[in-house]
Amino acid sequence: MAYQWDFTPVFANSELLAQGLLNTLKVTGASLACGLVLGLGFALMRLSRHRLASWPAGFVIEVFRTTPPLVQLFWFFFALPLIAGIEMTPLLAAIVTFSIQSAAFFAEVFRAGIVSVERGQWDGARAIGMTNGQALRRIVLPQAIKRMIPAFMERAIELMKTTTLVATIAYADLLFAANEIAQKTFRPLETFTVAALIYFVVITAISLLARQLERRLAVSGESTVH
Amino acid sequence: MTILKVSGLIKRFGGNEVIRGIDLDVEKGERIAVLGASGSGKSTLLRCLNFMEMPDAGTITLDGKLVGHREAELTLVRQRIGMVFQQFNLFPHMTALGNVMEGLRTVRRMSKPDAEARAERELARVGLADKAAHYPAHLSGGQKQRVAIARALAMDPELLLFDEPTSALDPELVGEVLGVIRSLAEEGRTMLLVTHELGFAYHVATRVIFLADGTIHEQGTPDEVLKHPRRERTQAFLARHKEFSL
Repeated sequence: MAYQWDFTPVFANSELLAQGLLNTLKVTGASLACGLVLGLGFALMRLSRHRLASWPAGFVIEVFRTTPPLVQLFWFFFALPLIAGIEMTPLLAAIVTFSIQSAAFFAEVFRAGIVSVERGQWDGARAIGMTNGQALRRIVLPQAIKRMIPAFMERAIELMKTTTLVATIAYADLLFAANEIAQKTFRPLETFTVAALIYFVVITAISLLARQLERRLAVSGESTVH
Repeated sequence: MTILKVSGLIKRFGGNEVIRGIDLDVEKGERIAVLGASGSGKSTLLRCLNFMEMPDAGTITLDGKLVGHREAELTLVRQRIGMVFQQFNLFPHMTALGNVMEGLRTVRRMSKPDAEARAERELARVGLADKAAHYPAHLSGGQKQRVAIARALAMDPELLLFDEPTSALDPELVGEVLGVIRSLAEEGRTMLLVTHELGFAYHVATRVIFLADGTIHEQGTPDEVLKHPRRERTQAFLARHKEFSL
C-alpha cells in the first residue's frame, strides 16, 4: 500500500516551527556577526610581523578548522563549565562555539582577501600620508571585502546548516522543533520535508540578496559577478 | 635653499645592496631627472626619499630637520613629499574626485565641501574636471596618471617624486602626462623624476643624475650629462637609448 502523505499535523504545529526557525536565525546571525569581527582580529594578528600575535591566532585557527564542530560544541557546553566554572546556556554555548569556528574560517578569508589587494594600493595610500591603519580601513579592506563576499556567503550557508547540531544540547532550533513535532504526530517524513523546505527557502533568499549586494558593489567595475 | 638633504644612503634587499651610499642635496625649485639602466636603483632611491622603503643606513633631512622612524613622523613627511607611481595606484573603489579627496578627508580631516572644492580645482588643473565622477576603470592610462598627479598635488607637497610616470602608458598617451609635468615645472615646483624620456629630461630638468650600481655615477646639467657625458657607462647607456629613438 502506498504511503499516505498528510501534512495537516505539521501545519497544526507551525508555531513551533516558526519559533525554531527564529532560534536558528538567532544563533546563525549572532555567530556570523561575532565571527566576522573576531575573524578580522585573527586575520590581522596572523598577518602581524610579531610572533606573539601571529602564533596564537594561527593556533586557534588551526584547532577550530581541524576538529569536528560537534566536539567543539560539547566542549564549550559541558567541559568549559567544569574547568572554568562558567554557567553555560545552550544558546550561549552555541554562539560561542560557532562564533570562534566561523572566525577561524573568516580569518583565512580575510587574510587571503587582504593579501590579494596589490601592494601598490598600500603604496598609494601611504604616499598621501595615511597610517597603516587608515590604509587598511579606507583602501585595502573595502576592496578585499568585495572579493570575499562569495566565500562569506558559502560560509553563512554552511553555518546555518551546522547550527542544527545545537539540537544535541537541547537548544530549540528548527530541527529540534521538527524532531519534537515528528515524535508528537508520528509524521516524521512530512515534518522533516517541511523543515528542509524552510531551510531551502531561507538560504536561497539570502543567496539572492547577496548576489544583489555584489552587483551593487560592482559599480566601480571591479566585480566578482560576471 | 636646500629642501632635502640625503647623506650616506644605503638600502639592501636581503643580501643585495641596491643603494650603496648616495649623497644628494635637492635645492628648492630644482628639477632633477634620475636616469640609469634597470636595476641601477633609481626607483629604490626615490622610494627611500619618502620612506616607502626604509633606508638601512644614512640620513634624510627635510627642511633642516632629520627624519626619524616613527610612523607619525613618516606620515607627516609623506604629506610633504608627493609621489606619483608608474602603475598609478589609484583607488579603484573611488571616483576620480574621491581619489583626490581621500588624503584631504582622511589625513587632513578637511570638511567634505572644502575637500570637494579643492579636489575639483586639482582635477581642473590636470584637465580632468569633466571626469570627476568617473571610476578609474573607466579612464584611460593617461587620465589615470593625471588623476594620480592631482591626488599628490592636493596635499600641497613641497617636493614631488615621479617614479617612471609614463612607462606604463601607451605611446600616444605619454604626451598628455608629460604636458602636465611640464606645466608643474613651469610653476617652479621642486621635483625628482625617474624617467626613460631622455628628450623630456633634457628640456625640463635642471640637473641630470645618472645612477649605476646604486651610486651616482655622473651628474650635471642636462647638456653636460646628456650631450657630453664624460664617463663610459653614461655614454654606453645613452648610446643604447639612441638606437631606439630614431
